[in-house]
Amino acid sequence: MPLTGAIASPAPFGQNGAKRNRGRPVIELDNVAYSYGGAELFAGVSLALAPGSFHFLTGPSGAGKTTLLKLCYGELTATAGQVRLFDQDARGMARDGIAMVRRRIGVVHQDCQFLDHLSVAENVALPLTVSGRSADDRDFRDLMGWVGLSAQAAQLPPELSGGERQRAALARAVIMSPEVILADEPTGNIDQEMSQKLLTLLVELNRMGKSVLIATHDLTLIRAAKAQVQARVLRLRDRRLQLAGADL
Amino acid sequence: MQRLARLFDLLAGDPQAERAVPPTGFTARLTTFTAAAMAFLAVFAMALSLATGRLADRWASELARTSTLRISAPEGQMEAQTRAALEVLRTTPGVAEARPLSADEQRALLEPWFGPDLPVEALPIPQLIEIVEDRAGYDPSGLRARLQAEVPGAVLDDHTRWREPLVEAAGRLRLLGMVSMALIAAATAAMITLAAQAALAANAQVIRVLRLVGARDTYIARAFVRRFTLRAVIGAALGTLAGIVAVLLLPRTDAAGGFLTGLGFRGWHWLWPLVIPPLAGAVAYAATRAAALRSLRAQS
Repeated sequence: MPLTGAIASPAPFGQNGAKRNRGRPVIELDNVAYSYGGAELFAGVSLALAPGSFHFLTGPSGAGKTTLLKLCYGELTATAGQVRLFDQDARGMARDGIAMVRRRIGVVHQDCQFLDHLSVAENVALPLTVSGRSADDRDFRDLMGWVGLSAQAAQLPPELSGGERQRAALARAVIMSPEVILADEPTGNIDQEMSQKLLTLLVELNRMGKSVLIATHDLTLIRAAKAQVQARVLRLRDRRLQLAGADL
Repeated sequence: MQRLARLFDLLAGDPQAERAVPPTGFTARLTTFTAAAMAFLAVFAMALSLATGRLADRWASELARTSTLRISAPEGQMEAQTRAALEVLRTTPGVAEARPLSADEQRALLEPWFGPDLPVEALPIPQLIEIVEDRAGYDPSGLRARLQAEVPGAVLDDHTRWREPLVEAAGRLRLLGMVSMALIAAATAAMITLAAQAALAANAQVIRVLRLVGARDTYIARAFVRRFTLRAVIGAALGTLAGIVAVLLLPRTDAAGGFLTGLGFRGWHWLWPLVIPPLAGAVAYAATRAAALRSLRAQS
């Protein structure tokens, strides 16, 4: 049975939430399996991320959380089943098609990768640059201020702390105003205070109507999020995706 | 037209796309040096090809219009037979000029083999008559028949038997020059492909990041293609300039200089080396683009 987020969830997040719940899933996995080196990492995974939904993905290390996220933004191809990104079958997409889809999905990794020879500001603006657009100066300053990196804009990425890197990655992930934010262990390398700050930013994004999927081990983060937003927790265990219990 | 527009776009460049790839000093210098060395060699291959072309044309035209009559006769009859032969030639249609070579000229011909101060008069060497044909040319079979009857010691050599191999050899040399240029272009393409692949492999993380933020393969490839194309054009321009200077410094052609001193360009042929830099750019563009797109496909 597919686990649906906002589609199944009756509770809207304010005015936008009501509209969002009527939308088709932005990302949909139908009976998906993924094998690597002959070993099956998971199978029979079905998931539908509705517009405006908020999901956590948990599970033990090596369960395939990162792989599942990669399937969600077309980095990997499922070995069985169907992955639909914005109503398009990911398997049939040309590489240019995948590139276009990634402009609608913001991704934040635990080990945020940047172009180290470019400034933080240029790295944040990179999604706009590659799509041939330029940032409005005021909007850009607002974004840098929102993630608290106005003072670091001219610095190079290696000069940033772990938390600053995560926030820079988040700014880069949202600059195109994507419909979906996928975050892979975004708080893995940062302290509690910074984790809370990052979570607040993600919750704000969700309130703006973005779908959020966070892969994490951090139960404190999940509990803190559930206090602020209606989030569903999915657990990837024993090669299956399950809805986590009420303890989370 | 669309391709031309794309090339202009490329040269105009996308500074943002190019900035996405970090500068690579060593491979940049290596590519420029390789392009310069190949362009330098290409100038010489071009000079060789053009010089052999000229040589082939000259041999073909000059030898085709001349022939030699060789008179071997006992000492007492040599002069009479020479006069008789000249009379026959004077009355042969198609012969524009017939001139017996002087003793000095014959000595000069034999000098490369026997050295200077050869006593030609004391040796039983044949008398040579140089024949120059007019535009219509003469009938060699008819002339041979007349000479056989009137000058029994005369042998007509219309140069056919050694003109053809010489012209063929010159043609082969010209072909060799062209093959050399093609090989230089292929070697340049191969070296630039390897350099581009190395640059792509070294920038795997850059490519990962660009893909993550939605860059298309053509955007990523463009940064590498422009960089390598410009390096190749600059290197080839430097190499071509050095090659032209080197050709200019070669000894000038003179009568005794032979083939090698004729190596060079004449007249408007000096413009030919100017095609090398844009050609190198085109080769680099095609090689880098193919390597980049192939490499990006393999990395996806």
